[in-house]
Amino acid sequence: MSCCAPGAEMALDVAGAASVLPSSQEIKLASRPLGGDLYQTDLSVPAVHCAACIQTIETAIGKLNRVEGARVSLSTKRVSVRWRGDEVPSFVAALGRLGYQAHLFDPVIDEKDKTLSELIRAVAVAGFAAGNIMLLSVSVWSGAEGATRDLFHWISALIAIPALAFAGGIYFRSAWNALRHGRMNMDVPIAVGVSLAYAISLYETINHGDHAYFDASVSLLFFLLIGRTLDHVMRERARTAVKGLSRLAARGAMVLRGDGMRDYLPVGEIEPGMQLLIAAGERIPVDGNIVEGSSDLDCSLVSGESTPRTVALGEKVQAGTLNLTGPLTMAATAAAKDSFLAEMVRLMEAAEGSRTQYRRIADRVSALYAPVVHLTAFLTFLGWMAATGDWHKATTIAIAVLIITCPCALGLAVPIVLVVAARRLFESGIMVKDGSAMERLASVDTAVFDKTGTLTLGRPHLVNASSIDPTMLAIAADMAAHSRHPFSRAIAGFAGFSGQPKLESFSEYPGFGIEASGAGNTWRLGRRGWAGWKARTGGEGKLSGSGGTVLSRNGIISASFAFKDALRPDAKAAIEQLKDAGLSVEMLSGDTAKACSEVAETLGVDRFVPAMLPSGKVKQIETLAKDGHKVLMVGDGLNDTPALGAADVSIAPATAADIGRNAADFVFLRESLLAIPFALDVSRKAGRLIRQNIAIAIIYNAVAVPIAILGHVTPLIAAIAMSASSLLVIGNALRLHGFALAEATSAPSATRSGIRAPVQQS
Amino acid sequence: MTTLVYLLPVALFLGGLGLSGFLWALRSGQYEDLDGAAERILIDRDDEPER
Repeated sequence: MSCCAPGAEMALDVAGAASVLPSSQEIKLASRPLGGDLYQTDLSVPAVHCAACIQTIETAIGKLNRVEGARVSLSTKRVSVRWRGDEVPSFVAALGRLGYQAHLFDPVIDEKDKTLSELIRAVAVAGFAAGNIMLLSVSVWSGAEGATRDLFHWISALIAIPALAFAGGIYFRSAWNALRHGRMNMDVPIAVGVSLAYAISLYETINHGDHAYFDASVSLLFFLLIGRTLDHVMRERARTAVKGLSRLAARGAMVLRGDGMRDYLPVGEIEPGMQLLIAAGERIPVDGNIVEGSSDLDCSLVSGESTPRTVALGEKVQAGTLNLTGPLTMAATAAAKDSFLAEMVRLMEAAEGSRTQYRRIADRVSALYAPVVHLTAFLTFLGWMAATGDWHKATTIAIAVLIITCPCALGLAVPIVLVVAARRLFESGIMVKDGSAMERLASVDTAVFDKTGTLTLGRPHLVNASSIDPTMLAIAADMAAHSRHPFSRAIAGFAGFSGQPKLESFSEYPGFGIEASGAGNTWRLGRRGWAGWKARTGGEGKLSGSGGTVLSRNGIISASFAFKDALRPDAKAAIEQLKDAGLSVEMLSGDTAKACSEVAETLGVDRFVPAMLPSGKVKQIETLAKDGHKVLMVGDGLNDTPALGAADVSIAPATAADIGRNAADFVFLRESLLAIPFALDVSRKAGRLIRQNIAIAIIYNAVAVPIAILGHVTPLIAAIAMSASSLLVIGNALRLHGFALAEATSAPSATRSGIRAPVQQS
Repeated sequence: MTTLVYLLPVALFLGGLGLSGFLWALRSGQYEDLDGAAERILIDRDDEPER
C-alpha cells in the first residue's frame, strides 16, 4: 500500500455522504452462481491503478476464508472474487481495510462484448487477406505476366473470399438493413463498391485480363474496419467506466414478515403492503408510508430540494430518497414498477420518443453521395457504350469509377475524428456514450442546468465557521462525527482542535440532532427548538442558519451554524465560458425560489424557474425546442431524467441517479463543472474537422473521378489514390490532439483545478 | 517459376499461422485486460513465505 494512496488521485467521491458498505445480502443478490456452491462476485474498485494494487488486493482477498481466488482487471478497474459456501466472505470490508473503496454494480451488464470480439476477428482476417493479396499484387504491378499473373490473380481471389464473407459481412448486413428500411447510410456504397470490385476482378481473372482489384476491395475493408473497431472500443470504454460507478438505486430491502422473520428481497419482488426495514444510510426502494421511527431524508436526487426533510410516523416517503439518520420501518404502498422511479422512466421514454430523430452527418452526406456516385458510374457506362460500343470495356470503366469513388476516406472521415475526440474527453474524465452526441453538442445554443447536485454539489457547507468560537466548533465537530446527516458532515470537517472537554455517551435523535455529555454538561447539536430548550438567546442567537442548527450546553445556545449548498468548483467560470461560446444559460430547479435566486445571482445565470416538477422541466425544454433552439440539458436527479431524455443532448455528473446516468449522452467523473465547456469546445472542434475531412474526401473524388471516367485507372493508381486520401483524412483528425496540447500550454487555468491531467496514460 | 510452388504455400502458411495465433490469443482472453497485463510483469512471483 506504500506507493498507491488510493483515492488520492481520482477526485471522484461518488459515494460521498452515502458511503455505506453493501450488506452481505446485497452482495449475495449481485453474485453469480458458477455451479456447485461456487459463486462469483464482481466489484468495481475505482482506485486500483498499479501493479502493487493488484498484488495487494489479490493476495489479501485470496487469504480470506472460503475465497477461491480473486482477479483484478486494471482496464475496467474491477475485481472478481470467486467464493464458496452460503455466507459471503467479508471481502468488501477487507478491501476497505486496505484503503480501497469497493462497490457493486449491475451484474447484468457483465456479458461479454460480442460485437467487439467479432470486429477484432474481422480486422484480423481482413488484415491477413489484405497483406497477402498486396504481396501478390505488387508482383503483378512489377511485371508478372501470362500464366504467373493468372495464378496470382486466382490465389488472390481465393484469399479474398473468407475476407469478404467474414469481414465484409458486417458491412453487407448493415447496408441491407438500411436499404430494407428505405434509408441510406455510408455502408451502402461501401458494400456495393467492394462486391462489384470483387465480381469484376473475378470476371477478369477468368478471362485472363490484366487488371484485378482484389487488393483494393480487401484493403478497403481492412482500413474501414480499423476505424470502426477503434470507434467501438472508445465508446465501450466510456460505457464500462459509467457502469462501474456505484449504484445509487436500492437493490433490495429487508422485509419484515408477519411471523417476525426477516428476508432480504430484491426490489422487483417487493409488493404493496410489505413491511420494510430501512437502516440509516440506505435508500428507500419503493414508495410507502412510515409505520415506525423517524428520520431525516435526503431528497436531493428525487426532487432537487437541497435541505434534508424530517419525516415521522405516518408520512409518505418516495422511492429513491436516502435515509440519513434513524432506522425506519415502512409499509410499501406500491411495487417498484409503479414507484416514482418507474414513473420517471416512463416520462423519459415518452420525451425521447417525441424528440426529433437526429440524422448523423455521415448519413446525411452518404444520402447525397451514393446516388451521385452510382449515377456517375451509370452515365460513364452509357457514354462508353455510345462512344465505342464495346460492352466489356464500358463495364470495366464504369466499375473502375465505382471503385475509385468507394468512400474509403469518407467512411473514415467521421469515425476517426470521433475516436480522437472521445479519447481527449476520456482523458479529462468525460465519458461519451453515443457517437452522434458530439455532433449534437456542437450545435447547441441553449444550456439548461438543474441546480441541486449539478450547479451545486448537493451537500451543505458551513459558511460562518470563522465567526464561531473555535472551542465550540471543535465540540460540535466531535459530536457531528457521530452522524450521517449532511449538516453534521459539514461540521465534522472542522475537527482537529484539541483541548475541548472530552465528550461521551453520544446518542442521535433522528429528526432532531445529537446529544452527548461531558464534564457534567449536556451538549446538544441540532434543531434550534430542540437543542436550545431553555434559551431565549445564547451568544450568537441572532444568526439563524438554514434550518436553524445550533450547539447548546444544558439547553443554552452557545453557537449557531449557517449552511449553504456548496457550489461545484469552477461553476462560475464554466457558466462564463458557456456564455462566451454563445450559449444562453437557464436553470430549472425543483428547489425553492429563494435558494434558486441566490445561486443564479452568484453564477450569473440569465433565467431560472424554481419549484419545477419533472414534467414541467420537460415542457420547458420542449417549448425551447419549438422556438428553434437546440438544447443541452445538464442534470443529475431522478426528477431531471425525463428532461435529459427530452433535450437534444444531455450531460450528467457521475453523482447522478442511475437512470439519469444511463440516459445522458455524456457523463463527467470529476467534480469541476468546467467539463461542460470543455466538452462543448472539443465537440465543436471535432465538428469542424469532420467537415474538413468530408471536404477532403470530396475534393479527392473530384480529382480522381475524371481520371476514372476517361478510363485511365489501373489497380495501382486506385490503390495509391485510396491510401493517400485515407492517410490525409487520418492525419487531419489527429490535429485535434495537437489543438488540445497547444491550448493546455497556453491556458493553464483550464487544467489547474478541473480538467486535470490524465491519471494514467494507457 | 518453380520456386513459387514452394514459396506461395510457405508464405500463406506462415501468414495463416500468425492469424490463427492471434485468434487463439483473443479467444483465451489475453486481450481482456491489457493495462493489467502491462503492470503484472512487475509483480514478483516467488512463493517463499518470508524473505
